[in-house]
Amino acid sequence: MDKFLFGILPYLSVSILIIVSILRYRLHRFSFSSLSSQFLENRVHFWAMVPFHYGLIVVLLGHVMAFLIPRQILMWNAHPLRLFILETTALAFGLLTLVGIVGVMIRRGVHSKVRITTNVTDWILYVLLFLQIVSGIGVSIFMNWGASWFASSMSPYLWSLVKLEPEINFVSPMPFLVKFHIVTAYLTLLIFPLTRLVHILVVPLHYFVRQFQVVRWNYRKYPLEGEKHG
Amino acid sequence: MDVRSQIATVFHLDKCIGCHTCSIACKNIWTDRKGTEYMWWNNVETKPGTGFPTQWENQDKYKGGWEIKGGKLGLKSTSKSQFLPNIFHNPSMPTMDDYYEPWTYRYSDLFNAPEGEDQPTARPISMVTGRPIEIKSGPNWDDDLSGSSLYAKNDPNLEALSPVQREQLLAVEKLVLFYLPRICNHCTNPACVASCPSGALYKRGEDGIVLVDQKTCRGWRYCVSACPYKKVYYNWQTGKSEKCLLCFTRLETGQAPACFHSCVGRIRYLGVLLYDAELIEKVARLPKEKLIEAQRAMILNPHDPKIIEGARRSGIHDSVIESAQKSPVYKFVKEWKMALPPHIEYRTLPMLFYVPPMSPVMANKNKETLCGNSEDLFHDIKESRIPLAYLANLFGAGDEGVVLQALKKQKAVRWYRRHLTVGDVPENIADRMLKESGLDRHEAEAIYQLTSLCTFEDRFVIPPAHREEAIEMLKDPLEHKQEVGFGFLERPKRGL
Repeated sequence: MDKFLFGILPYLSVSILIIVSILRYRLHRFSFSSLSSQFLENRVHFWAMVPFHYGLIVVLLGHVMAFLIPRQILMWNAHPLRLFILETTALAFGLLTLVGIVGVMIRRGVHSKVRITTNVTDWILYVLLFLQIVSGIGVSIFMNWGASWFASSMSPYLWSLVKLEPEINFVSPMPFLVKFHIVTAYLTLLIFPLTRLVHILVVPLHYFVRQFQVVRWNYRKYPLEGEKHG
Repeated sequence: MDVRSQIATVFHLDKCIGCHTCSIACKNIWTDRKGTEYMWWNNVETKPGTGFPTQWENQDKYKGGWEIKGGKLGLKSTSKSQFLPNIFHNPSMPTMDDYYEPWTYRYSDLFNAPEGEDQPTARPISMVTGRPIEIKSGPNWDDDLSGSSLYAKNDPNLEALSPVQREQLLAVEKLVLFYLPRICNHCTNPACVASCPSGALYKRGEDGIVLVDQKTCRGWRYCVSACPYKKVYYNWQTGKSEKCLLCFTRLETGQAPACFHSCVGRIRYLGVLLYDAELIEKVARLPKEKLIEAQRAMILNPHDPKIIEGARRSGIHDSVIESAQKSPVYKFVKEWKMALPPHIEYRTLPMLFYVPPMSPVMANKNKETLCGNSEDLFHDIKESRIPLAYLANLFGAGDEGVVLQALKKQKAVRWYRRHLTVGDVPENIADRMLKESGLDRHEAEAIYQLTSLCTFEDRFVIPPAHREEAIEMLKDPLEHKQEVGFGFLERPKRGL
């Protein structure tokens, strides 16, 4: 069982994530976004969306850093106070994310107009995210100093996955809650390309470098010599 | 000089009767789909009034358009540093409550109601949720000044008026209203295009029509808040923005847009303007009071050989240049200076222009006001029921002079024609009015013709779209010879 969940499922999820995302982008680009409902309801939207996104971004960034630079994290944690600061910060942003996802679910369930635009896939995703956030917070509360043990035992596991030599031994002795947290993460990646999460892949960063105005020509194929305006 | 061609429009407000035929024509063609029911790409507002969406001109609330930030032109609602932090929740996004929740009626109630004492009624049903709703307001709830204590009183354009003037405007015996039909202005410096992080909104190079590429739009919603005229709408069903297309599909086949075609009062004019695209940014950055003159200067004379040469160099087809020479819009905007841009202080440089409406003079004046014996022949314009300051806020960026000029010309033409047809206006008075408003008899005659006796061909001078040549520039037509007409939607080939 562990072999499937921690040795096969991650590869399955990531492959599906990549293949299906590409297929969806190519075949059904029209749907490649997160169907915003801010137009239908604005007030709760703020209290749900802002904590959810900012909380999640920071928490994810923490995971990624512990994965990429475990040694530096361990060095930072060598001092108990610094470890405590890191743990508390992580927990605070985790709670922020929880506030966000609960807000999202209440808003989706209660507000009649928003409910109309919510489909089954959305609900599956929200439940999965909720479970993941709750289990993550549970891990950080009940299994203290995760900032350190993530770096010392989860990072090697994840790296072993990257190297295509999965070392399940790192995960097998972990308590149920940790395993649960990992599996829900893989499941989220698995359904990622079928859900609204695909909007992460099309964050419009090119806006930073773009000119303000956009002009499209049907007739003139190339801009005139010395042309500056779009 | 970078000469570009723009399909521009003029709405003659003095002729608008507020019948909403334009709105219905547009609605039936474009916005009767799910998610678009609440949209009115074309709407007709009663002014004074709060419009659609409510108080759209209040940019403290909606943050539409451009502003000068430290000498530079920037969007009021967003910027390159703000767009990412605000992407999860757009702080200046209007919601459906600012428009209205669309509804229909459950007509089956009329047939299925049990027999009883009362007449059966059809219950209103929300077109969003499908559930019964209590209708509190809708589009044009303030039509013809209804509910004016709620709506007309809160018109943002009344700011420039003194409290006494405001009071007078809404006093029963002095009530005045006019209609303001609105579509997308297809601006030369569109804020919606500039705000779209995905680059889905664009201005067509050949004719300046502003469109939303539905496949590129990801529903980040910045265009909705950036457009100061609130003419980009969010389709809550598809999660994409939609807007007036100026019926480009009709234009490309030589037909006027649906709202133009159906206009009962014949108030709408459409034609090509040539303008210098190099000047856009410079003009949009000028101080408020210089904007109208600068935009006029940006519009080029299509009869000038140098401009024609420049237009050809930019790849503008001779037939389009010819169209520009006949353009009724060019005459109203540039030659006669009678048509003015709406709220040019938003700095999007709109390409829809309005001929401001005449209105009755104040009722508390004596007869002498009307008989024209006064030294100042145009004094009644200043005393008309719609205060000049109000019109100036709408069409003159606060400058009463340009509005006065436009109204003077309208009045002079009327009196000149009255001299010719009725004969009770002495020739010297008619000529003096023409002179004082800056017209000669020839021009007055032309204005009269284009205002009162205009045919379809006079009002709509549609340039050929030359899409066939556009294809040739991009692709070898022979290669695509079999692509039009009937064919296979999916390739019939099977297997590997």
